[in-house]
Amino acid sequence: MGRIGSPMNDYTFSEMMIVAAARALAGVRTVFVGVGLPNIACNLARRTVAPDLELIYESGVYGARPARLPLSIGDPTLISGATSVCSMADLFGLYLQGGRVEVAFLGGAQIDRFGNLNTTVIGDYAAPKVRLPGSGGACEIAINAQHVFIIMRLSRRSFVKQIDFVTSPGHLGGRGERSALEMHGNGPQLVVTDKCILHFDEVTREMTLSSLHPGVELAEVQAEAGWELKVAPALPETEPPTVEELRLLRQELDPQGVYTGRGAKE
Amino acid sequence: MNDKVVSMHDAIATFVHDGDAVAIEGFTACICFAAAHEIMRQGRRALTLCRMTPDLVYDQMIAVGCARKLVFSYLGNPGVGSLHCIRRAVEKGIPVPLELEEYSHFGMVGRYLAGAYHLPFFPLRSYIGSDFPEVNSRIRFVESPFGTGSIGVVPPLNPDVAIIHAQRADREGSTHLWGLLGVQKEVAFAAKHVIVVVEEIVDESVIRSDPNRTVVPGLVVDAVVCEPCGAHPSYVQGYYDRDNLFYLEWDKISRDEKKTQDWLKEWVYGVRDRGEYVERMGIATWERLAPGEAWSEPINYGAYR
Repeated sequence: MGRIGSPMNDYTFSEMMIVAAARALAGVRTVFVGVGLPNIACNLARRTVAPDLELIYESGVYGARPARLPLSIGDPTLISGATSVCSMADLFGLYLQGGRVEVAFLGGAQIDRFGNLNTTVIGDYAAPKVRLPGSGGACEIAINAQHVFIIMRLSRRSFVKQIDFVTSPGHLGGRGERSALEMHGNGPQLVVTDKCILHFDEVTREMTLSSLHPGVELAEVQAEAGWELKVAPALPETEPPTVEELRLLRQELDPQGVYTGRGAKE
Repeated sequence: MNDKVVSMHDAIATFVHDGDAVAIEGFTACICFAAAHEIMRQGRRALTLCRMTPDLVYDQMIAVGCARKLVFSYLGNPGVGSLHCIRRAVEKGIPVPLELEEYSHFGMVGRYLAGAYHLPFFPLRSYIGSDFPEVNSRIRFVESPFGTGSIGVVPPLNPDVAIIHAQRADREGSTHLWGLLGVQKEVAFAAKHVIVVVEEIVDESVIRSDPNRTVVPGLVVDAVVCEPCGAHPSYVQGYYDRDNLFYLEWDKISRDEKKTQDWLKEWVYGVRDRGEYVERMGIATWERLAPGEAWSEPINYGAYR
């Protein structure tokens, strides 16, 4: 672990992504967590910008205090010391559909410009090129969570003009479509990638590039999106990770570098 | 008390038949691999396997051709990746073709709830705006009779047999479960027959000392099987940890059809029962998975005489 205490310009794109996602949780009380990057981002947020953050897992856990890095959303470390553990009927019915989830993290194999996500199949449903895991709870999470934050690596394979299957509805075709269907949640609010951050336009609900991570060029980002990206008029640089954020990540949250070591910055 | 304790062999022989709809539930925790392996040893065929997360347990059953259909909501090796045997069955029909019927998690929960409550359907705020209804005609929408809009509905699911794993039960089948509760209660009440598999059989007085922890009463249970470590490589809260190394290892084994069959020959068909599996797995495995201690505070129910 020779990297501990190194200057803050020495970090990976994955670490930048986790830190950016954690900062977006400032002031949030309840977050629906997935495994991997969202899990680390949420735990980092609880130690930094959102000390009152309660972690909710679809396995039936509210207020988890994991003592080790959970390797699945049903890891037993999420149960010991949690505020409450309930049936999945209660978790989905009372917590999620009951409107108690402020933010939920989702990801997927494909996303379109309105934040609709596919985790079901690549290709035709009946004869898929790749059969993906499917929804899990993602479909109802996308519909019912107050806000959805998406965390995905930027790549032309994932950011596509037309997704092959809508597993988790985002803003559908854009302006007004969610509310026309009387969805209770507000849908996707931002997309955190390893290269940039994107928000959804207040009116059109289209994904709009809102900041570039340090060292990333606009053209690079555009090249990885399957459509012509809308770009915010002011395009700031994402503030790089601080020494303290990196210390927490490397020493406490992912000491083995399972999630933070990938996609190393050149 | 009605003593329902039987061997795993007899429980499966009595309650699981060719062509049945079988639900071995348990979300990440308490997945009864011991029962699955016995079903495989007894050569059951043409099963409709129901489970929110098919996990390794159904990947193994499907690898030997037990099933003709899978009803599910998340088709992955949790935290690892794909379920390769199921993909082979779906994509190539190896060893036999497999039909898929796909929901989301809340949809599956709702199906069990409707089954348990004897409701014609379960309404849920899901599926709207998604492509699910196009690929599964059992996911539909109805208008609220109270003029409050349209709502997604799923039909009841009443498996022929549910198999649930837990920490402990008495001989009649009243079952204490803690940690992740999954849909163990809902599937038990929905199923026509229920097999409860536990780490320990305890006296009725132990169950009665903590009735809030009784997730499933003996009332709905047909058979009780005592099978220590019966959920490995999944876990039982407070008894053993999840064998994450095996979940990673299975990813390598299951990519290759021959390696898969070799593993199954050794660990399913090559053992008499779960007891032999546990012995052969070796003490080092069980020491590695020992969870340490974190006790709850006792509570006072009061003695209202």
